[in-house]
Amino acid sequence: MIPLAALFPLAIALPRIAFWGLAAVAVLAALGVVLHRNPVVEALFLVVVLLAVAGIYALMHAWFLAVLQVIVYAGAIVVLVTFVIMLLNLGPEARGGPGVLTVVLGALLALGLAGLVGRAAAGFGPRAAGAAWNPQFGRVAAMGKALFGAWFWPFEVVSLALLAALVGAVVVAKRRLEE
Amino acid sequence: MQVDPGAVLVLSAILFAIGIFGVISRRGAVVLLMGVELMLNAGNLALVAAARVTPAGGELGAMGGQVLAFLVLAVAAAEAAVGLALVIALFRHKGSVDVDLARMLRW
Repeated sequence: MIPLAALFPLAIALPRIAFWGLAAVAVLAALGVVLHRNPVVEALFLVVVLLAVAGIYALMHAWFLAVLQVIVYAGAIVVLVTFVIMLLNLGPEARGGPGVLTVVLGALLALGLAGLVGRAAAGFGPRAAGAAWNPQFGRVAAMGKALFGAWFWPFEVVSLALLAALVGAVVVAKRRLEE
Repeated sequence: MQVDPGAVLVLSAILFAIGIFGVISRRGAVVLLMGVELMLNAGNLALVAAARVTPAGGELGAMGGQVLAFLVLAVAAAEAAVGLALVIALFRHKGSVDVDLARMLRW
């Protein structure tokens, strides 16, 4: 029988292992979203990315955001995207792929950006690790207090923006404005 | 502190770069929107990672980062609704969702 103390390092390392696994899944699935030709498969890859990101939120103890990510993103938004793909009966992109120049320049821009931000962010962890730990982090109660306290007006503005988007979407997607 | 916030920020940079590459290199309007969603997710990831190491207290404390991520989530939903309505309008007028076809300011 394995002594429990022997499992302790594993238990300490487990969130880290889970993070690297989820990060690898997220990056690979994001590449799938961008590189696959079939829109339906792209939408399914997007679901995988969003679920992996939700898992990373949970690993960071942002429980409420993890749940919201699954419900709003992986649920509502991707369903909307899939619905439009099926409504328009989209197949793989008809014309040949993008020009070589576009791909090369786009890849260079993306790589440069990732390198720049990554280099700036890489030293962030060890320096910041000493910050005081907030036991309320990610709890729904604390989120609600912040949302309806200090962040009340931004919250209301966002709800107005959602209403405007709703009306705007109906107007834009309607067949004709007159009649 | 189990998950290294620096590693999360690097992951967020990579996801953002992939999203930008998708927006630049693809022609389909729907996959373009999905690239934007990827970028919004990368931004949210960075916000939560930063909130994770921000001490409590103040409007921009540990809750501020998460509340901002929450607001971004709501804006992303609005963006998806309007964007997909535009895709439908484009498809109705052009019979395709190729964004290269949308080159007129009005019909």
